[in-house]
Amino acid sequence: MDKKGFKLMEPVLVAKNLSKKYGTVVALESADLELYPGEVLGVIGDNGAGKSTLIKVLCGAVIPDSGEILLDGKKVTFTSPIEARTLGIETVYQNLALSPALSITDNMFLGREIRQKGFIGKFLRFLDQKAMAEEARKRLSDLGLLTIQNINQLVETLSGGQRQGVAVARATSFGTKVVIMDEPTAALGVKESRRVLELIGEVRARGIPIILISHNMPHVFEVADRIHIHRLGTRLCVIDPKKYEMSDAVAFMTGAKAAPVSN
Amino acid sequence: MNKISDDINKDLKDQPKFSEDIGSKNQEHHTFEQGEQSILKKIQHFLHGNPTIVPVIILILSVIAFGFIAGGRFFSAFNLSLIVQQVTIVGILAAAQTLIILTAGIDLSVAAMMVLASVFMGKLSVEMGMPTLPAIAVGFISGIATGAFNGLLVTRLRLPPFIVTLGTWNIFFALVIFFTGSQSIRSSDIEVNAPLLHFWGERINLGGFVFTYGAFLMIAIFIFLWFLLNKTAWGRHVYAIGDDKEAAELSGIRTDRMLVSIYAVAGLVVAIGAWVSIGRVGSVSPTSFYEGNLDSITAVVIGGTSLFGGRGTIIGSLFGALIVGVFSSGLSIAGLDVLWQRFALGCLIIIAVGIDQWIRKVSN
Repeated sequence: MDKKGFKLMEPVLVAKNLSKKYGTVVALESADLELYPGEVLGVIGDNGAGKSTLIKVLCGAVIPDSGEILLDGKKVTFTSPIEARTLGIETVYQNLALSPALSITDNMFLGREIRQKGFIGKFLRFLDQKAMAEEARKRLSDLGLLTIQNINQLVETLSGGQRQGVAVARATSFGTKVVIMDEPTAALGVKESRRVLELIGEVRARGIPIILISHNMPHVFEVADRIHIHRLGTRLCVIDPKKYEMSDAVAFMTGAKAAPVSN
Repeated sequence: MNKISDDINKDLKDQPKFSEDIGSKNQEHHTFEQGEQSILKKIQHFLHGNPTIVPVIILILSVIAFGFIAGGRFFSAFNLSLIVQQVTIVGILAAAQTLIILTAGIDLSVAAMMVLASVFMGKLSVEMGMPTLPAIAVGFISGIATGAFNGLLVTRLRLPPFIVTLGTWNIFFALVIFFTGSQSIRSSDIEVNAPLLHFWGERINLGGFVFTYGAFLMIAIFIFLWFLLNKTAWGRHVYAIGDDKEAAELSGIRTDRMLVSIYAVAGLVVAIGAWVSIGRVGSVSPTSFYEGNLDSITAVVIGGTSLFGGRGTIIGSLFGALIVGVFSSGLSIAGLDVLWQRFALGCLIIIAVGIDQWIRKVSN
C-alpha cells in the first residue's frame, strides 16, 4: 500500500470489527484500524462519522458493543482510560486533562507519583519531590521543551502550546506503546501549532506511534504517514498523503468522490 | 522535519544529563516567550503564586491598626494570647473545612459533627462509666464516621456538598439533642469523672503569654496537615480533585474514594476539635458552637482558600482564624458594639472573596 514498508511489520495496535450503538444511532459499524510502529496515523472524518467514538473506544472511554482490540498482537480489553493507560495506550485529550493549579512536576506524575523509599513512602505516601522534578525536567528536555525554566511553575502560568508540551511529555513518559492525540492544535495559534507539530515529529522519532485526530487538514497532511478516513461509522479507506491532495481527502470524507480501492 | 529528526537521532545516542541540559542544542526550537507585564499584572501573578500573602498582610495590618485604635490593652501579652485561645476551636474546624473547600466542596456540618463527637466522649465517660480514653476513641470514630457519611452521600448520590451537609448538619444536631435530651454535661461532673477530657484546656504561662495546650495542638494540626497536603500523594490529589475533577479522574486518581477519605480525615480533625472544645468550654453543651460552621468557612475564605477549589493553603486558614480573632478582640476592646464586629467581619469576607476572584483571573 505504501513505500515505507509498514506492511512488513506487525501493527502495534489493531482494532477489528468495532461496533457501537447509542440507542438506534449507529456510531461505529464494524470499524477497523491498524497502527504500525513508528508511524503517525491521521484520522479524519466528517462530523458524525464516528471518529470520536472510535477514538474513545481505543482509549478506553467507551466500551464497544462488539469487536476486538489487539495490542502487540494480544487481545486486550479495558473498561476505563486508566486501564488502557496501564497497558500503554496514552491519550492526550483535547482539554489536556491537566490540573492548572498544580505544578508541571505534579501534573506529569499525577496518579503515578514517585514515592520516597521505605516506610514513609510506602505507607505514608510521602513524595520524592526531588526525583520527580529531575525526571520531569529530563522528560521535557528530551522533547526539546527545556525553555520552561521552572519545573515547579504552575501549569496555568503556561501558554497553550507549553501546556500541550507538558501533556505530551506526560503521555510519553511511562512505558508508552501508543499515543492518541485528540485535536492537539485546535485551540492554538499558528506559531504554537507549529511547535506542537514538531513535537509530534519528535515523539514519532522516539519510536512511539501516534494516532492523530484533527480537523485541520493541512496539519494532518503535514505530519501523518498514513491517513485513515472515517465515514458513516466505518473505515472508508487509508490514503498516503503524498499521493493525494487535501481536496481528494475532503471529497472521500464527504462522499463526493468514490474512495480509492484500498487493499 | 529533517532538522528535527537529525537532532533526535543525535539525542537518542547521547541523552543529555540533567545538568548539561541548560544551554544545550535543545533550546533552539520550542522557545515559548512570555510577554511583558504591567505592574498590576505582576502583583496579580505574585499573589496568585503566593496565596497566603494576602491573609498575612491583612493580619499584620489589622494588628497594627488595632494597636493604634485600642492601645496598650490590645497589645498586652495577655490579650494577644487570649486571642489565640479564643480561635483554637474555630481554627481546628477551619483546618478540617479547608480540606473540604480545597476539593471545591463545603461542609456546613463541621460544628454539629464536633458537638456530636464531644457528646459521645462526655456521655460515655461521665454518665456511663466508660474509661475516658476509650470514650475519646468512640468520639474519634464518630467524627470519622460522620465525615465519611458526608463523603459517601457526596460521591454515591452525586449530591452537591452544600446540600448534603445542610442535611447532615440538621441530622447531627438532632442526634445531639436525642442523645443528651438537651441536657448539658456539667463541667464539675467532668472534672470528677473524666478529668482527661479537660486536658487541652490546661494553661501554661510563658512570660505573660498564657496558652492552652489546645492552642499548641491546633498549631500541630495545621503543621501536620500542611505536610500531608504538600508532601504526600494524597495531598496532591486533594488539590487535583478540587482543581479539575475530570482531569484528576483521567490521570488515574480514584476521585470518589479520595473524596470519601478527605471527608473522613476532616471528620477526624473535627473530632480532635471536640476533645479540645470540652477543655475550652468546660462542659459539654448540646447547643454550643452553633455558629462554628459558618465561622470556620469565614476563616478559610479570609485565609485565601478559593471556594471554587484547588487553590489555597492550610496555613492561610490559620491566619484567617487569627484575623477573625484579632478583629473581634480589637473591636470589643475599642468599645464597639458586637453588631459592628459582625459588620466588619462581613466586609472582610466580601473583600477576601473579591480578591480571590481577581487573582484567579490570571489563569485565563
